[in-house]
Amino acid sequence: MNFFQIIDQLAAVDPDVLDRFDSRRAVFSSLGSVAKRSALAATPLFLGALFQKAYAGTTSTPVDVLNYALTLELLEADFYRLFLAAGTLPNATATAAITQIKKHEDAHVALLTRTIQAAGGTPVTGTATTGIRFKPSAFPSTYAGQLRVAQLLEDTGVRAYKGRAAELVGTTLLTTALQIHSVEARHAAHIRLMRGQLPWVNSADDLATDPTYTSGVTGTTSTQVTTAGGAFGIPAYSTASPAESSTVIGTVPLTTGITTAPAVYSAADAAAAFDQVLQPAEVVDASRAGGLLA
Amino acid sequence: MSDHSHLPAWREQSLGRRLFLQVSAASAASAALVVAGCDTSSTPTPTVDTNQILLPQGNQGMLYYAYLLSLAKSTTYQKVVDSPPGDLPAAERAIFADMRDHEVVHRETLKYLIDPTRAKALFPSDFAFILTRFTLTSRAGVLAAALQLEDLAAAAYPVIVPFFTTSNSYARTLLLKMSTVQARHAATVRDLLTPGSFADSTVVNSTGQLITKTPTEVLAALAPFLAPYVLSITCPDTNPSTDPGLCTANG
Repeated sequence: MNFFQIIDQLAAVDPDVLDRFDSRRAVFSSLGSVAKRSALAATPLFLGALFQKAYAGTTSTPVDVLNYALTLELLEADFYRLFLAAGTLPNATATAAITQIKKHEDAHVALLTRTIQAAGGTPVTGTATTGIRFKPSAFPSTYAGQLRVAQLLEDTGVRAYKGRAAELVGTTLLTTALQIHSVEARHAAHIRLMRGQLPWVNSADDLATDPTYTSGVTGTTSTQVTTAGGAFGIPAYSTASPAESSTVIGTVPLTTGITTAPAVYSAADAAAAFDQVLQPAEVVDASRAGGLLA
Repeated sequence: MSDHSHLPAWREQSLGRRLFLQVSAASAASAALVVAGCDTSSTPTPTVDTNQILLPQGNQGMLYYAYLLSLAKSTTYQKVVDSPPGDLPAAERAIFADMRDHEVVHRETLKYLIDPTRAKALFPSDFAFILTRFTLTSRAGVLAAALQLEDLAAAAYPVIVPFFTTSNSYARTLLLKMSTVQARHAATVRDLLTPGSFADSTVVNSTGQLITKTPTEVLAALAPFLAPYVLSITCPDTNPSTDPGLCTANG
């Protein structure tokens, strides 16, 4: 195998390839490896400094992104704890599904906590009574109400991970985040089926007008979000995220812009074919997940 | 992956040009020479297999790869919608009609991303996703086919999205937006086939992460459906410590 040829091939895919030979980037990209994560955990200060250096000049670090994700996972895990304890689940099938989802959310909390620690950061925390947890007064009393909140939380998670993916580009943390993100979408589909809704976000949803599916607010400065279980930075965002009903990609209308013949699909189908982004400040807004934090 | 993919001259050709070359007499002759056993110490001559399609390098190749997945699904679901099996209930036919629509939107979006003029033929004119290996005449057969394709696509996306860097964030965002719709499809088909299996341990690992598949694995799974064509993708990196999982398993 020709060494220069490998470099050539790499460069075609990743313009930053030469940076990877810098020790900083080499350490950086190996973070996703479980085996190496434990070794790296021995030098948290060193690694933390690397992150600061790698992301100097931007408004948030990968640790901020992961703490944001961990906040949502803690919220979901605590919600499903309450759901299982509420005694409203009507049958063994429903109990098994919620138990399965709770197990995944707990695993996501553990995974993100470990990853943040390995990166030299301080993970946000939450228990049933302290820190980041579901606001007890917002917990619905009925099974239907509980499933409704489950759908909104899962669909918010799907949009929220998308909103910060760009900040993890160039690290294997992005793949890890996307693997979690994909599982959240599977949860969302199942909860929707449990509710008798279509498994994908669509204009006929009974909750279509909920803020979870609409466009959001804008702000021009980055900020620090403080929760009961810790704080994390979020970047500035000058454009509101597209609503789930959007049928435009960039400037191209999906119904007329991408096919030569009249489109065989409706505008509603085009909108349903894409799950949209929600930026962090929109997610932590009181109208969405932020309003469910204790 | 065939050896000739590593020859720079071969890689520099566009897909269209290469396909053109594949049917030319000159390349047929050079292939015959290699088969006849030319001196191995001489400069290697690309062996041109007329059915070999090497996807373009870089992000463009990954768009082709995603296009291929949406082509496979849209072709399959179109058949289900056109001739649904008698035992497929109306509610499930509606699900397949929706999934067909999503896949057509994805396919056309990807085609647009590859070539905004929409003028270019992405594959040879007789290239097709072959449905005869599926049993699309029964509900069980339809769901088994859909399960295979949806789990493949869902497992493929988290691997390719990270390769779209800041220079191609527009395509990355669109792939991200499609990726979770693939995941919703996969969960739905799983639930139809086996209720409650939407995210079971065959697709989600013990840390709650989707189990991904590399393009090499996905193309191998699709290979029987693409005959006589053989598709391959250039692995940019085979070192597990630096490859974010495109060609090697990611930890």
